[in-house]
Order: sequence, then structure tokens, then C-alpha cells
Amino acid sequence: MTDENNPSAGTGTEPVSHEVPEHEESREPAPTSLLVDRLCLFYGEQQALTDIDMRIPQKEVTAFIGPSGCGKSTLLRCFNRMNDLIDGVSVTGHVHLDGYDIFAPEVDVAQLRRRVGMVFQRPNPFPKSIYENVAYGLRIQGAPPKAEMDEIVEWALRSAALWDEVKDRLKESALGLSGGQQQRLVIARAVAVKPSVLLLDEPASALDPISTLKIEELIHQLKSEYTIVIVTHNMQQAARVSDNTAFLYLGELIEFGRTQQVFTNPKEQQTEDYITGRYG
Amino acid sequence: MLHSQTTGVRSWLTSGELWVWMNAAAVGISITAVGGLLALIAVRGLAHFWPADIAEIHHLADGGTPAIAWGEMIETETLDIDQYRSATGDTSGITGDPASVTRWLVKTGNRRLDPPDFQWIYEHRIDHIEYPEAVAVFERMEWGNAYGTLQAVLENGEPVVRGEGVWPEFNTRLARVESLRAEIAEIERGEFNAINYELEQLRLDRRRLDLRKDLDSAELAEAQADIDSREDALQARYEIAEQALRELLDERARDSAEILFSNGAVLHIDLAEIVRAWLPNQMSLWQKLGHYASSVWLFLTEDPREANTEGGIFPAIFGTVLMVLLMSVLVTPLGVIAAVYLREYAKQGPFVRLIRIAVNNLAGVPSIVYGVFGLGFFVYFIGGNLDRLFFEAALPAPTFGTPGLVWASLTLALLTVPVVVVSTEEGLTRIPRSIREGSLALGATKAETLFKVVLPIASPSILTGIILAVARAAGEVAPLMLVGVVKLAPTLPLDGNFPYLHLERKFMHLGFHIYDVGFQSPNVEAARPLVYATALLLVLIIIALNLTAIMLRTRLENRYRGVES
Repeated sequence: MTDENNPSAGTGTEPVSHEVPEHEESREPAPTSLLVDRLCLFYGEQQALTDIDMRIPQKEVTAFIGPSGCGKSTLLRCFNRMNDLIDGVSVTGHVHLDGYDIFAPEVDVAQLRRRVGMVFQRPNPFPKSIYENVAYGLRIQGAPPKAEMDEIVEWALRSAALWDEVKDRLKESALGLSGGQQQRLVIARAVAVKPSVLLLDEPASALDPISTLKIEELIHQLKSEYTIVIVTHNMQQAARVSDNTAFLYLGELIEFGRTQQVFTNPKEQQTEDYITGRYG
Repeated sequence: MLHSQTTGVRSWLTSGELWVWMNAAAVGISITAVGGLLALIAVRGLAHFWPADIAEIHHLADGGTPAIAWGEMIETETLDIDQYRSATGDTSGITGDPASVTRWLVKTGNRRLDPPDFQWIYEHRIDHIEYPEAVAVFERMEWGNAYGTLQAVLENGEPVVRGEGVWPEFNTRLARVESLRAEIAEIERGEFNAINYELEQLRLDRRRLDLRKDLDSAELAEAQADIDSREDALQARYEIAEQALRELLDERARDSAEILFSNGAVLHIDLAEIVRAWLPNQMSLWQKLGHYASSVWLFLTEDPREANTEGGIFPAIFGTVLMVLLMSVLVTPLGVIAAVYLREYAKQGPFVRLIRIAVNNLAGVPSIVYGVFGLGFFVYFIGGNLDRLFFEAALPAPTFGTPGLVWASLTLALLTVPVVVVSTEEGLTRIPRSIREGSLALGATKAETLFKVVLPIASPSILTGIILAVARAAGEVAPLMLVGVVKLAPTLPLDGNFPYLHLERKFMHLGFHIYDVGFQSPNVEAARPLVYATALLLVLIIIALNLTAIMLRTRLENRYRGVES
């Protein structure tokens, strides 16, 4: 349903589908994790997102692609309300997480962020020990007993495929890890509080190819447990790791569909132009 | 093709070498200035404790009569011949008819016995100088050093030993006097002080009772009886202590020494009057070093005597350090909270900018202005009101409504808060946004992020602020003169009486001590080396406080290294 009040959206004749299309093989559609409903976002006077509608399915990987400044990170940061921290940001529309409106006034933002974890572009471990980094989120919620904490930390580090590399130096500073290890530590830190959604904001853009590969493998493993939304500049990466792909351009959602379809048979001319490298 | 187009001076100027030279020169001048300052006060201050040899100077006194002086030759001065003539009235020819004459400043001591204690002796009038081994220095409780030879040791006025073997006897008896002196001090400071303190509390209790209106006569009588009985008990304790003290004083007054002075006079001096005695002309280098160490130790640990020109400076050291520590404890939360608010919570805009400018300008306000403010606001307003509210019984004698330790610390905290605010703010600004976001994204609130992540990372910057604050506060004197520092404090602000730390008491301070000894002292020559020694000590204490903080900061910096990438 092309937005009537948004004539620039889509140059093709077919309406943009906001529904995740059925898989090529017949399969039950995954239940919805995040439902975005006519979301607009303004930085002061300037509109950054225009009428975004999308349905992000549970326990799948959804990638946001698009040129720099298209609003993909902004959209991602709406899901855990990180944009609240920026002065002058206003939002209209709704985002529902498992049926609950996250912009509702009674929502506790801290609670929301515990359910929606986030990993940033550059690794940002705290200047604490590896152990304390992973335990941080739990300590905030009221620390469990030591034995249980040890268990959770180990489990989180295993989930992030980091345990074997760091198990002998848990008490050492996290700042001594390599960039790739730091990024996996940050993922472990996010996983430790058992969120239902993981937001990854260009998680591999500051990493070398080997580390990038590890992160991508990790994303693959994690999607069995978490709904993952990833912003990436790297289209091969999007194609490799994601189940669904959304293409954004100038704050609008141009196309959203199964990754295979978006990359092999885009419905929109703009999408095709971007994927084939004609602009962006 | 690539040859330089410019030559000579121009190419040298454009090469930038000039700037390198100028930078090096500026650094050199700074280092020389700092080093020279430290060297000067170190040499002058430390030389004071050296047991100098005692010279026996045979010279012609004014009027041409031969005289003998015993003393330490301190320094020489060259005088123009005309100046010399008008000063002394000596018109007789000097051999060789020189254009100038040299004179020696000799510390002859013996104040109150043979004034003056410093003499100028003209070199051309000196016949010869000897260093007799028998001449000793007697450091007296009052009136400074005496130079003389020990003739005899007396007990109750009767000679015990005379001539040979007089020194061992003297030393044993001096040691006895010393231990008696310690016992006396114990009673005076411990028991008497405690009794006086409790008596004062009783007086206040009685006054409080008078001020209360809600008691009936039976209760009143009971309470009064209680106070009376406690007072009687204290009185009894006081009498016992006084009796003990009197006995000790009598014991101490038993011995005296017979001493011959350079002018031929023989006098008896009570051993109770003598702190130490030594024979510098007989001492080996090692003995002198040992004596030097003990002199420095006494200087650091003893109370001042003689209007601060003799004895030690322990109360001033103690007061300075305590005041600086208290100031740090007060300024840190104040500055950090202000900086956190300005940087983390306040909406950045013209108003916050204005506040920031105001804070920076506070650092430029002359410190005496803070002193005046502290006196008017803290002492008279806050202190006065505290007295009316909580210390009514003591009025009209003020408790907090008078300059004291807490007000001095508060005033200096106010004086140094801008430095802490500025450097904390800098530290907060340097923390990357991603670190805060990482914490917030894990469900931490802003306050949790602040306390668990942001402030620990900013702690090296906070410490930098405290280091600067300490450096400034420890050297400050002017405002302290108005809000709590005194020339001589009868008691330390920390003692054994509840509540142990007496924030309302006045205290001594090294900076003020320097001013007092150097410029308010009746005996300038005697005080001068002490000024240097005290100045050196003040600098050393500031360095020590700073080094402690710098070490702490380095440890924290190592822990948080790599965050600000």
C-alpha cells in the first residue's frame, strides 16, 4: 500500500509490500516481534523518517540497507528509544513490541531496553574486567547470587562464541581484547540480560574480515533465540546473514521483503539501482 | 630544481628553528627559576640545623677595648668606608686605607644575659680567632641559645661535680629533667585538658538547665545535684593531678648548672630551662650529622616556643594538612556535583554558558575577597545562627560563630571549586558517547550510568582538579587570616576529647607561620633561617600531597586507558 500522502515513495507501479512475503517454500509465517506503524521522526523541524510501516518477524534476521543518511540507524534506534537521548527529537506513529506500544507514556524505558538489546558500530566495552562487562546489565537489575552470576556470564560468553578465548582472563580489563573480541564481548553483554530483540548497528564495520566473519557466524547462531535487526552498509553481508531486507532511502521505506527476493528480484527500480551500485 | 630559493637569515627564519630555540629558552628559564627557588630555600632552611662551630673571637670592641666573643659566624657583609665611618664614628686610619671594610654577623646568643644576641664584628678589628673545645651551646626553653662553658653541676644549689667529669653528670641529670618534662606535659595536656573540657561541659549543662522552662522544681534539683556531684568528682580529680604536677615541678627544679660566659660572668641556670646542650667544637662529622637529624626531628615534632622563633612547628604542619584534607573532602562533592549537573543534566544553552563563565571567573577573584566573604557569611551568619540554635548555653561566648577550622576549609573549598568544576567537566566531555549509550542500552538509567560508568572513567580528571585545588589551597594565606588561622593555637584541632575532631577550633598554618615568624617577630635575625626552613617544609608538604594524588591518578588512568579512543 503506497502511502498516498507520500507520492515520492516508490517509482514502480506495484505497491510496496509491508508484509513479509511467504517464503518460497510453503511455511508458516513467523509471529511478529516488532510492528512499526506509520512511524515518523523529526529532528527539530527536519523529518528523518517518513511513515514507516513494517512487520519484523520473531527469531529471524532483518537487515536494513540503504545509503548513508537514509535513516536506517535512526529507525533502529527507535526500537529501544535511544533517540530519546537526543534533544529535539519527536516521534509520531507507533512501534509495538510483542503487542505493546513502546512509545506509550507508561512504558519504563529502562525495562524496554532490557528487552531490546543493542550493539553499536564501534565496540564500546566498559573499562572494567571482562566478567564485570558481562555482569553489568545483571547488576543493574539487582545482582543474582555469585554462583548464578558465574553461570550466566559463562553462558553469555559462550553464546557470543567468546568463552574459549577469554575464560582464563575473566578478571582482566576488557580493553585489552582485540576489536573483534570486544565486539563479541559487547554482544555477550547484551545477551546476558536475556533480551528478546537484538539490534545490531553496523556491528562489523570497524572490524577486519576475519572478525567480521565471526560476527556473521554468531548472528547465524543467535537468531534461533533472538529477533535480530541489523543495519549494514555491506550488501554482501546483508545478503549473507539476513532473512528479510528493508531498503530505506531518504527516510522512507522503499522495499521490504525476503532477502533472496530483494536481492535477486527487487520490485522497485530504486532498490535495484542501489543493489547494483548505481547510486548510494 | 629543488634547491631552496631562500638563503641566509630568511631561510633560517622560515625553517622554524627560531621557535625551537625560543621554546627551549623559555623552558630553560622556567626550570632555572623553579630550581633556584627550591635551592635557595633548601640551602638557607636546612643550614639552620647544622651545629656550627663556636668561634672565640678576640677583637677590639667599640672604643678600642679588647673583648672576646663566643658565637657562630653567620655571614659577612662589605661596607663602604664612608658608611662605616658614619656608622661607627671611627675616624682613625685603617691600615692600607681601603675603600671598604668587611664585617661579620656573629650569633653570640645569650639573650637576656649579655645583649645583643647578634653582633657585627669588623674584620680589621679582629685580632685572632680560636675554636676552644670547652665552649658549649645550651639551647634554652626561653631566650634562645646560650654559649658558655660548663663549670659545675649543682643540686639544690650545692655543687655535685666541678671540673673533670662535669659533662656526664650534666647529661644524666638533663635526661632526668627531660623525662620529668614529658611527664609534666602528659599531665598538662592529658589530664588537665580532659578535666577542663569536662568542667566546661558541666558549666554548659548547668546553663542549659537554667534555660529550660519545662522542669518542675524537684526535677531541677535532682539534675542540679547530679551536676554538682559530677563537679565535685572532677574537682577531686583536679586536686590529685595538681598535687602530682606540683611534685614533678619541684623535682624538676632540683638541678642547675654553673656556666661561664665569654664576658667573664658566671651564672646558674636551672636545668629545667635547658632543652639540649652540645659541644660543637668537639663533635666529629658523624656526631654533627646525628645532631643535625635530631634537630630536624625536633623542628618537625615540637611545639613552637618563644613567639614561634624557637622550637618546632608541629601544630602548623598538622593544621595545614588537616585543613587541606578537610578542604578536599568538602570541595570534591561540591565541584563534581556542579560539573555533573552542568554537563549531564542541564540543557545546554546561553544560561548554562553564562554559569560556566561565572564559575571560571570565580577562579580569578582575589583570595582575600573570599576571606571577607567567608568571615561575613560562614562565620558570622551561618556560625552565628548555629550558635543560637545549638550552642545557646555557651553564649555569649561563640562556638561556631568565630573563625575556625571548618570555616577556613569551607572558604578554601569555595575558592577552589572552579578548578574542580572545570577539570571534571573536561573529563566528562571526553567520555565517548558510545560508552554512555552502551550502558543505557543495557537498561541502566541515567543515574546508574553516571555512577557506574561515567564517573569512574572521569575520576582521573576529577583527581586532576583536586590536585590543582590542593596546590592552590595549601599555599593560600590571606583568606585564612580572616577565617581561622592564628599565630599560636593552644590546642590541636584533633585530641582525645569527644568528638575528637574539633571543627570549631582555631588552628596554625605553615603559610601564616612564615608570615608571622618572618615579619611579626621581635627578633628578625633569629627568625630568618626558620622562615626558610618553614617555607621549605610548606613546599615539601604541597609536593607530597600532590604526589599522592598524582600517583592515585596514574593508577586510575592506567585502568581506564584506551576508553577515549
